[in-house]
Amino acid sequence: MVEQSIYPKDQKMVITTNQVNFFYGATQALFGISLLIPAKQVTALIGPSGCGKSTFLRCLNRMNDTIPHSRVEGEILINQQDIYAPGTDVVELRKKVGMVFQKSNPFPKSIFDNVAYGPRIHGEKNPRRLAEIVEQSLQQAAIWDEVKDRLQANAMGLSGGQQQRLCIARALAVGPKILLMDEPASALDPKATTRIEDLIGELRTNYTIVIVTHNMQQAARVSDYTAFFYEGNLIECDQTPKIFTNPREKQTEDYITGRFG
Amino acid sequence: MAKHMQHDIDKLKAKIIAMGEAVEDRVYQATLSVINRDPAKANAVIKGDREIDDMEVEIEEDCLKILALYQPVAIDLRFIVAALKINSDLERIGDLAVNIAERGVFLAGQAQFAIPFDLSAMVSLAEKMVTESIDAFINHDVRLAHHIRAADDTMDAMNREMYTQLKGMLTTDTDHVNNLLHVLSVGRHLERIADHATNIAEDVIYLVDAQIIRHTPELYDE
Repeated sequence: MVEQSIYPKDQKMVITTNQVNFFYGATQALFGISLLIPAKQVTALIGPSGCGKSTFLRCLNRMNDTIPHSRVEGEILINQQDIYAPGTDVVELRKKVGMVFQKSNPFPKSIFDNVAYGPRIHGEKNPRRLAEIVEQSLQQAAIWDEVKDRLQANAMGLSGGQQQRLCIARALAVGPKILLMDEPASALDPKATTRIEDLIGELRTNYTIVIVTHNMQQAARVSDYTAFFYEGNLIECDQTPKIFTNPREKQTEDYITGRFG
Repeated sequence: MAKHMQHDIDKLKAKIIAMGEAVEDRVYQATLSVINRDPAKANAVIKGDREIDDMEVEIEEDCLKILALYQPVAIDLRFIVAALKINSDLERIGDLAVNIAERGVFLAGQAQFAIPFDLSAMVSLAEKMVTESIDAFINHDVRLAHHIRAADDTMDAMNREMYTQLKGMLTTDTDHVNNLLHVLSVGRHLERIADHATNIAEDVIYLVDAQIIRHTPELYDE
């Protein structure tokens, strides 16, 4: 269990996981993960490939449900609600817990329709309201000024960095409280990466963000808390400056200083 | 990447050891020039300070290069931060050796005068503290670092003792007031050198334990 003491006393927690195990068939990928995710803070998950950080991230909005023969044990509470409880509306869950992937994946539709897609399937039909949501989401994703004059253009014509910010806008359009980001900048050039990192800094005012990244300097730059995973175990979670100056665990230090393995 | 950085850190360590040995020798030569009335030796120390200054600049540039290229974290970051501070302390010790040598030049120009205080005990302790502080840094030896901090109390006591003795002489031996003041300065400089060695020891404790213990000696006495 991560100690509560690493957080300020009045810090509200949005996600609580208790002893989460995850299995891909007979292979166990996560071992008893107990972690708190603080509200309106950025929590970075780091660790070598195959350590379980992305698996854990995908448990948080039940993205792993689609994997055949996979199984979750333990408890994941989001705002005190067990998201794996029978009867949980997964569509409603993913509306609250949005996700941004490594590779930007805009639909082959107009910029407007990409962002309006979510609100539409959730039943929003009013064109004026849709236009408002699209503008607001694109503004929040810091791409509005670049696309406002070509909202009907095909999203596939945008640059990689713009496509990724469009995907963030699309995730924001359904009004999530939590954003999960799985290596959101790893396919982008340094300038586009900086824009995404700046954007994460702005979004944390209103959203709780959990980001998986292989880039440790990125974790250091954008996150408030960092959790280090290794071989399916949570080794250490602490305030990011503490992790990068004086981690408690030798394994963490060996990993972040590149002495690993 | 880790190997590249380790290679550069190893080179940096070697340069800090070399600089530590150089300043330690300067302190020894400077004090000898005072005791033996040897202005040539004193002048060599004064002239040689340029080398120490160049070493300091080179080490600082190496540290900045490592920070910029590798963005070290955790123990590596603390090592570079400690190296930067230790570099400044060593350079200051070099300057203090020059100050002592300047006293040597002055006293050599005076009529024969017996130094009324055993400077050799102070200089031995100062040198030992400098050497050990560099050893503690290189070997991440916190125990040794604590010993150096304790030795600083001994040095302070020696300095106070010298001050008391010379104060008495200043009122009785009025012919040598000027010389006595210069000897007093030498003692002061040795005491300052010990302070810099203590700073280095405290940086070693920061490097290993990530605890900043400066200004709070009572919190971290062994």
